[in-house]
Amino acid sequence: MKDYYIHTEKLCVGYNGTSLIKDMEIVLKKGEILTLIGPNGAGKSTVLKSIAGQLEPLSGVVWMENEALSQMTGGERAKKMSALFTEKIKTEMMTCRDVTATGRYPYTGRFGILSQEDERIVEEVMDLVHVADIGEQDFRRVSDGQRQRVMLARAICQEQEILILDEPTSYLDVRYKLEFLSTLQEMREKKGLTVILSLHELELAARISDQILCLKGEYVNRYGTPEEIFRSGYMRELFDIGTGSFDEENGSMELEPPMGIADVFVIAGGGSGRSAYRRLQREGKAFRTGILYENDLDVPVARALASEVFVTKAFEPVQRHTVERAKEGLNQCRRVICCRESFRSFEAANRELLAYAGQTGKEVEMVRG
Amino acid sequence: MRDKRTVRCIMALCLLAAGGIFCLLCNIRYGSIAIPFREVIKLFVQGEVDGTDQRILMEIRFPRAVSVWILGGALALSGYLLQTFFHNPIAGPFVLGIASGSKLVVALVMVLFLRNSVRISSGVLISAAFVGALLSMGLVLLMAGRVNSMSMLVVSGVMIGYICSAVTDFVVTFAEDADIVNLHNWSKGSFSGISWSNVPVMAVVVSMAVMAVFVLSKPIGAYQLGETYAKSMGVNIRALRIWLILLSSILSACVVAYAGPISFVGIAVPHLVKHLMGTNRPVWMIPASFLGGSMFCLICDFIARTMFAPTELSISTVTAVFGAPVVLLIMTGSRKEGN
Repeated sequence: MKDYYIHTEKLCVGYNGTSLIKDMEIVLKKGEILTLIGPNGAGKSTVLKSIAGQLEPLSGVVWMENEALSQMTGGERAKKMSALFTEKIKTEMMTCRDVTATGRYPYTGRFGILSQEDERIVEEVMDLVHVADIGEQDFRRVSDGQRQRVMLARAICQEQEILILDEPTSYLDVRYKLEFLSTLQEMREKKGLTVILSLHELELAARISDQILCLKGEYVNRYGTPEEIFRSGYMRELFDIGTGSFDEENGSMELEPPMGIADVFVIAGGGSGRSAYRRLQREGKAFRTGILYENDLDVPVARALASEVFVTKAFEPVQRHTVERAKEGLNQCRRVICCRESFRSFEAANRELLAYAGQTGKEVEMVRG
Repeated sequence: MRDKRTVRCIMALCLLAAGGIFCLLCNIRYGSIAIPFREVIKLFVQGEVDGTDQRILMEIRFPRAVSVWILGGALALSGYLLQTFFHNPIAGPFVLGIASGSKLVVALVMVLFLRNSVRISSGVLISAAFVGALLSMGLVLLMAGRVNSMSMLVVSGVMIGYICSAVTDFVVTFAEDADIVNLHNWSKGSFSGISWSNVPVMAVVVSMAVMAVFVLSKPIGAYQLGETYAKSMGVNIRALRIWLILLSSILSACVVAYAGPISFVGIAVPHLVKHLMGTNRPVWMIPASFLGGSMFCLICDFIARTMFAPTELSISTVTAVFGAPVVLLIMTGSRKEGN
């Protein structure tokens, strides 16, 4: 097992003797990023806490470079790994800089006085996660997102080789989410940092992770690369998605499709139809849509929301019978929404549909896609 | 910015130390019989003054003032440790019933010894108080395991305190000896009647405890962030918790053994000092709480002795007047913080 930096052997975790997840085998090389995903309450935090040494594993071993984690002292472990948990901390009269500086704890002497080197590292890390400007503010008086970033800075300035992060992106807005994940990638590249984290944002998990561990039920549900995990339909299974849908390929989600008889036909293509589909969903109006090439941007959303989608093979001329079927579908609708301002040469079928709508006296609405 | 805060902390510490010395001198100087400063200084320089002044100064006021200095500091520090331990700004030895527990056991031991006319040594008194403190601390911890909210913890502490006080009153009321008058004063909290013979033991125990606390200041700082993070920083939580309980109990027990239960110092002083220092870092707060507690108790004892001289007020009467408003301030303040 020498090539592996951290690995677990038949690890069982849980509280008070009842195991939550059994026989977990994680194998991670130095510099890899492992993301835990799974529904609420699946045990992501429990797994992270067990690896971080907060929670005694029920059985099994966590190995770090051939050393069992349980054999390490607290101080040794603190120099190897640092962690960010979801627990909120209560501080008194501590500035954001003070909180960040607590990350230097394993390195300071008897009374915890920071050396100049410590100060420099704190400064550097605060710049890295963009909290230098709030350094002198009281930790209690900054926003949740800022607090989260300060806690990240705290974890990073512990200067460890393994970073354990429990939902680090919660409270962060889009900009900081992206910045934070790029920071992780950067540190992985520069310092060979190994990261184990849990995320709720599946689309981010798919982008940043080298490995993904899916937790559900008593055992690890799936474990592999993002390509292996994000297969069509798996997220629905993992999260028991009942209402709405998740598109694994694009990492986007759609709400429940509208019910009832489809009364509207949407002529779309090239991604022009998505906002119309979603608007109809909000209004609760069922619809049909077509004719779309199967690789069109509109297809995933249409599949998630429309009652009927008329799809044709990509890179092939549109089949006659598809056009006929679409005309039939259109005929059953009262209203037609056309999202195409003009039709290009490979959209002859849709041009024909629009003309047909005019002939049959449908109410036609032109929408800018 | 850092340096500025360090300077502030050092200034505050100097202020507290100087204030403590000044109050110490005042407490020796003033009393039902005023003795001029000249005499006090003479006592320090030459080691003796004339006649009765010598006796008043050396045998009554001086040991008393020194004891107040030591015990006041111990009390405030004990409060600071408990606040840290429970992550609760209004925890303190009196509020949580720890002082009352000590009082009960000490009263029982006193009555028992007095009945058999055995002289009680300082060591026995402190041990008895320590046992009492640990017993009620155990009860409080049991409660703490069952109640989550910080106000409920304090309420259960207050209840434990009441029960212990009731039993103590019962014991005191039905004790036979005439010496019980003394016991009665003591059970209300008073620094009177402390002699030089008490000081060495008290000084040794308290200074050892204070040093131990100071050595622990780094893990205590980590513990302030919560147990999860303290653990991830490599702190041995179990050991630290045991140390915190033992040390805060020893400090509080020492006070109860000599001066009885004294209210509010343990809460008010750390809070006031924290604002004076502008930080809650244990490295600064531990010495500052001690010095602040010393000064606070010297002032309160001064008032207790001189306000209605020759009648002496019980020390808790005075500390409550100054301390209780601070507690109210903390509670309204913490609501504002949104905790």
